[in-house]
Amino acid sequence: MPNRINIDWSYALDAMPYLLMGAKYTVIITVFGLLIGFFIGVLSGMGRLSQNKIVYGLVTGYIEIIRGTPILVQAIWIYFALPVIIGININSITAGIIAISINSGAYIAEIVRGSIQSIDRGQVEAGRSLGLTGMQTFVHIIWPQAFKRMIPPLGNQFIISLKDTSILTVIAVPELVRKSQEVVAENFRSFEIYTAAALLYLVMTLTISTILRTIERRLDVS
Amino acid sequence: MIIQVKDLHKSFGSLEVLKGINCNIEEKEVVCVIGPSGSGKSTFLRCLNLLEDITSGQVIIDGHDLTDPKTDVNAVRTEVGMVFQRFNLFPHKTVLENVTLAPVKVRKMSEQEARQNGIELLQKVGLEDKADVYPDNLSGGQMQRVAIARALAMNPKIMLFDEPTSALDPELVGEVLSVMKDLAREGMTMVVVTHEMGFAREVGDRVIFMDQGVIMEEGAPEQIFENPQNERTRSFLRKVYS
Ligand SMILES: Nc1ncnc2c1ncn2[C@@H]1O[C@H](COP(=O)(O)OP(=O)(O)OP(=O)(O)O)[C@@H](O)[C@H]1O
Ligand SMILES: [Mg+2]
Repeated sequence: MPNRINIDWSYALDAMPYLLMGAKYTVIITVFGLLIGFFIGVLSGMGRLSQNKIVYGLVTGYIEIIRGTPILVQAIWIYFALPVIIGININSITAGIIAISINSGAYIAEIVRGSIQSIDRGQVEAGRSLGLTGMQTFVHIIWPQAFKRMIPPLGNQFIISLKDTSILTVIAVPELVRKSQEVVAENFRSFEIYTAAALLYLVMTLTISTILRTIERRLDVS
Repeated sequence: MIIQVKDLHKSFGSLEVLKGINCNIEEKEVVCVIGPSGSGKSTFLRCLNLLEDITSGQVIIDGHDLTDPKTDVNAVRTEVGMVFQRFNLFPHKTVLENVTLAPVKVRKMSEQEARQNGIELLQKVGLEDKADVYPDNLSGGQMQRVAIARALAMNPKIMLFDEPTSALDPELVGEVLSVMKDLAREGMTMVVVTHEMGFAREVGDRVIFMDQGVIMEEGAPEQIFENPQNERTRSFLRKVYS
C-alpha cells in the first residue's frame, strides 16, 4: 500500500532528469507531428473546398475515419497492424509521429476549411475584379486573413495533440507518461512522480498558449 | 463601342434574372442604371467583368468577347475597374497597399513606381494622409474613395460602380459622388448602378431603367426623369420621389 502521509518531493526531484528525457520525446513527437499535420491539414482543408469530386471525396473520407476512431486505436493500428500489410517494421517513435500527424491533420483540415470559408466572398470578388488570378487572390488576399482566424483554434489543436502523445505509451514510445510509469515501477512513489509529470505537461501546454498569443498579437498590429 | 451586350441572359438555377439585355456603351459615356430591387442591375453589372458567368448571349469589352473561352478574362478584367457597395477593401493591408497590390502582382510594376502612382491616386481622392492607415480606421466614405483609387490604379478603360453610396451615412455620400463626378469629367467610361437620381441626372449621359430582368426604357436623363414613356418607369420614379 502506498504511504498516504509521507509525501516526499525529493523522489520527484531525483527522477527529474529521467522525466525530462521523456518530456523531450513528448516535445519532439509533438513538434514533428504538428509540422506534418499542419501540412496535411492545409492540403486537406483546401481539398474540402475543391470542386473536384474525387479530391473532395478522398479528403472527406480521411477526415471522417480519423474523427470517428480513437487516437489510441490509430496509434496501435499504425504500430502493430500497418507493418503486417506493408511488411516493414516501424519504430515506435516514427509510428508516434505518424499517428500525431494524421490525427492532427484531420482536425487542422477542418480548421483551415472553416477559416477560409469564413472570409467574405467580396474579398475574392475584389481581387478577381482587379485582374488577379484565383491563385494570386488566394495567396495575397484570402490566406493571410484566414490564417489570422486559424490561430486560436490551431492553438487549441496543438495543445490537444501534445496531450495526445501521452497515449503513445501503449506503443512503447519513451515519452513522459512511459518514463513516469517506469520510475514509479521502481520507487512506488506514484503521487510525487505523476504530479511532477502533470506539472511538466502543464508547463509545455502553457508554453504553446504563450507562443500563439504572441503570434496573434504580432499579427494584430499589422 | 467599348461595351457591347447582345441578348444577355443569366439564370441562377431555374431563376432567370436577366432576360435578354441588349446594350451598347460608347467610350467616355456615363451610363446610370436604375430600377427596383431585384430587377437584375447588379447581376447585369457583374456580367460585364464576368464575376457572374453568362448563361447565354454575348458581352464584348473593348473587342474581347467574354463568352469566348479563348479570351483571357484576367487580362480583360484589368481594363475594367469595379467598385462595390460594401467597399471590399483588403482589411489586412494598409490603404496604400490596397492600391498597389494589383499593379505590382498583375502589371508587374515595380514596388516603388506603384507606391508613387498610388500616392498620386490617393491625392486625387483626397486621402494621401491615410496612406499607412488600415481600412478599419476609415469612415465609409473614405473606404469607398480608397476602393475607387484601388480600381483606378490598374488604369482601367471602364469603371463599374454597384450602388457605391448605398452603404454610406447620408453625410458621407457627397464626398464619394464628387470623386465620381471628377472621373466622369476626365472622360472615364462609367456604368453606375445607383439610387442617386440627382447624380444620374447631373452626370449621366444616359439612364437605363431596368425591371424584371430587361431594359424597360433608356434615354437621356432629362427624358427619363421628365418625360418617361413606360408606365413602369413612371411608377418607379413616383415611388422614388414620394
Ligand atoms: N448568386 C445568386 N444566386 C441566386 N440568386 C441570385 C444570386 N444573385 C442574385 N440573385 C437573384 O437575382 C435577382 C436579381 O438580383 P440583383 O442583385 O441583380 O438585383 P438588383 O437589381 O441589383 O437589386 P438591388 O437593388 O436590391 O441590389 C434577385 O432575385 C436575386 O435574389
Ligand atoms: Mg444590386
